[in-house]
Amino acid sequence: MDRRKSLKAIAVGTLAAGVVAESCKLSDKKDETKKETDSADASKFTIDRAKEEIERDTKLMSQKFFTEHEMATIAILADIIIPKDDVSGSATDAGVPAFIDFIVIDMPDHQTPMRGGLRWLDMQCLQRFDKPFKDCDQKQQMEIVDDIAWPKKAKPENAQGVAFFNLMRNLTATGFYTSEIGVKDLGYAGNSPNKWNGVPDDELKRLGLSYSEWEMKNCAKYD
Amino acid sequence: MGDLQIKKNPKQYDAIVVGSGAGGGMAVYTLAKAGLKVALIEAGPMYDPRKNQTQFKNPWESPRRGASTKFRPFGDFDACYHGWDIDGEPYTKKSGTQWDWWRARMLGGRTNHWGRISLRFGPKDFKRKSIDGLGDDWPISYDDIKPYYDRIDRMLGVFGSNEGLENDPDGIFLPPPKPRAHELFIQKAATHAGVKVIPSRLSILTKALPDNKDRGECMFCGQCNRACSVAYADFSSSSVLIKPAIATGNVDVYPNAMAREVLTNAEGISTGVAYINKDDMQEYQVTGRVVILAASSCESTRLLLNSKSKRHANGLANSSDVVGRYLHDSTGAALGGYLPQLFDRKRYNEDGVGGMHVYSPWWLDNKKLDFPRGYHIEYWGGMGQPAYGFGFGIESMNGKHVVHGKQKEAGGYGASLKEDYRYFYGASVGMGGRGEAIPVYDNRCTIDPNVVDKYGIPVLNFDVKWSEHEIKQAKHMKETFKEIMHEMGAIITWGGDDGPENNYGLESPGKIIHEAGTARMGNDPKKSALNKWNQAHDCKNLFVVDGAAFVSQADKNITWTILALSLRASEYIIDEMKKKNL
Repeated sequence: MDRRKSLKAIAVGTLAAGVVAESCKLSDKKDETKKETDSADASKFTIDRAKEEIERDTKLMSQKFFTEHEMATIAILADIIIPKDDVSGSATDAGVPAFIDFIVIDMPDHQTPMRGGLRWLDMQCLQRFDKPFKDCDQKQQMEIVDDIAWPKKAKPENAQGVAFFNLMRNLTATGFYTSEIGVKDLGYAGNSPNKWNGVPDDELKRLGLSYSEWEMKNCAKYD
Repeated sequence: MGDLQIKKNPKQYDAIVVGSGAGGGMAVYTLAKAGLKVALIEAGPMYDPRKNQTQFKNPWESPRRGASTKFRPFGDFDACYHGWDIDGEPYTKKSGTQWDWWRARMLGGRTNHWGRISLRFGPKDFKRKSIDGLGDDWPISYDDIKPYYDRIDRMLGVFGSNEGLENDPDGIFLPPPKPRAHELFIQKAATHAGVKVIPSRLSILTKALPDNKDRGECMFCGQCNRACSVAYADFSSSSVLIKPAIATGNVDVYPNAMAREVLTNAEGISTGVAYINKDDMQEYQVTGRVVILAASSCESTRLLLNSKSKRHANGLANSSDVVGRYLHDSTGAALGGYLPQLFDRKRYNEDGVGGMHVYSPWWLDNKKLDFPRGYHIEYWGGMGQPAYGFGFGIESMNGKHVVHGKQKEAGGYGASLKEDYRYFYGASVGMGGRGEAIPVYDNRCTIDPNVVDKYGIPVLNFDVKWSEHEIKQAKHMKETFKEIMHEMGAIITWGGDDGPENNYGLESPGKIIHEAGTARMGNDPKKSALNKWNQAHDCKNLFVVDGAAFVSQADKNITWTILALSLRASEYIIDEMKKKNL
């Protein structure tokens, strides 16, 4: 299609004339699309963002909710939940604390349970060890984590701690497995151009499944 | 606002189309290809997935890892701008009633992210009143629309299988993709439970179309809801219809243009459309020989009701008082869980097409049931791209199942927990019903006398309630789903405990985003707004080609029928113009 022609068709009447003129000027350059999102901030994003999204996300990303003390605690907990193992790195390797810091700004419902849960944890530690969680030694930290990490066997008086740890586990896992390290760890093999020829034969056999004659004959096949 | 004035566009168009989704896109395409000069009024911005790309992006490219926002209710990568809630554009509801209204604001509308489920209505779907006495028959039959279905199958592309089913007609199908692993389990279990499972019918090009060099073959990334940027291999009105229409040179697109009303003259004939340009907040008017509304059922209805004049005192094309009435959505209920057979599964690229590879068309006889009409079943599951919410609730899973030969305590942390996430990944499975509701005279939207949006346009007030028919249908859905899940040994984790207290999990009306019926067609001008050509009884140069024209919406997603009817209406317009009747 003749791009100039289509731009002209697009241009009539509405879009601010400046934007249209700009598009025309740029029409021979390769990265014209970037310009059309008409904000310098857009360069921060690698996915399509409308103007209102750029404004909102830029604002959200400039905010902080947790204190340094809270962030330090989150980082320790995140690495207890997802440590480095022989398959992949740890939660902090994958940037999980920064994700949690953002997500509580984006989803304010998490704010009170997170802040309150962190304080609950610190108060337990202060009472038992005379130190907040982040300053306890590893043995002390694991003692308290073991009190709240196992919902079925936790004591009723630690129920609030269990609820907090469940949330912390959820956010840590989600942050980790949606990171580059985590996606690789899971072995998610998609999100790339591909042709689907069905379940691999060995897996089909392992699962006790098979394709019907009709499917083998009529379904789409690719070389 | 000191110099606020109405700017009249001097250009005289052959046709003005309001809305660029399935109905509007097909009208624009058909008219422009025939050489007519078309103005397209779209309330949102221009959109092309090649420029506005979210396809092939990784979860970490979204700061919220694909979670939803108000701007993208179906997630940060979803290709639909806006949804349930738009700042400055409210709607209201009668107390004690429910209606959720999805509004897309972009070129191509909802077709950029829709499920591509492309089902023809069957012969019975046009004659429901004759069969069960409820609702009304359409003024057309399957034979009237079949040639148009055939043509859009060829023009836009749809995969599927010819099954010879009485009310789920065969089509011109591309080959369907093979089922995924969880779909093979479903196929087996559902068949055992007496539920037929066949290849799904989606408008995705599993093979390139023979005569179309602008679109390529599917790349099986499972991301049609992000709109196909590389190959345009899924049907989106923006890339498949509007883009080639613009290339004819016959179309002027007016983006960010919120239509205010349809203008009419002293004889009651429509002369054009008034709109506000959201960029400069100025008022504009365009004129044309024919006005075609395709703004979505309820937006088109709002336009009609807001276009009052001496000749059209009850709103345009509304001497029958049916405009706004018979508003209905598909019924919907769902449940899900996981399949232990799929624990610790082999990793491979299972994305497939953007949606299910198999589905179940309605398979029962209503004479033996306590509710009218049917539903189809959609299925999902498997190894998807991880997104926000991944791993939530592991403590309710990892104490229940043996992992690599070990019975573990629920919850936990550390290397052992990492092992669990890997072990359970890809085992999820779920299903949902989409059924036919009975269109009811009193289920309606009207203009709220007290509320305007930020453009000063009066807004809609909804008054819709489900009846026993829909609730009983949802009950039947849940019973069926549980049976299928049980049959394959799946564990239900959500949606399994619904009962009469919550209408068996029946989604509130509007939630399935298939609204239709508010300017229905019919042969009797006292009981319908449009004739069988989507043409207003009261105003011969006004057409409505979205879901508003539907008499009923079957247990089939309505897009394919919107496209077929819009093609049919557009060719009728061309014919009538040639005959000087328009």
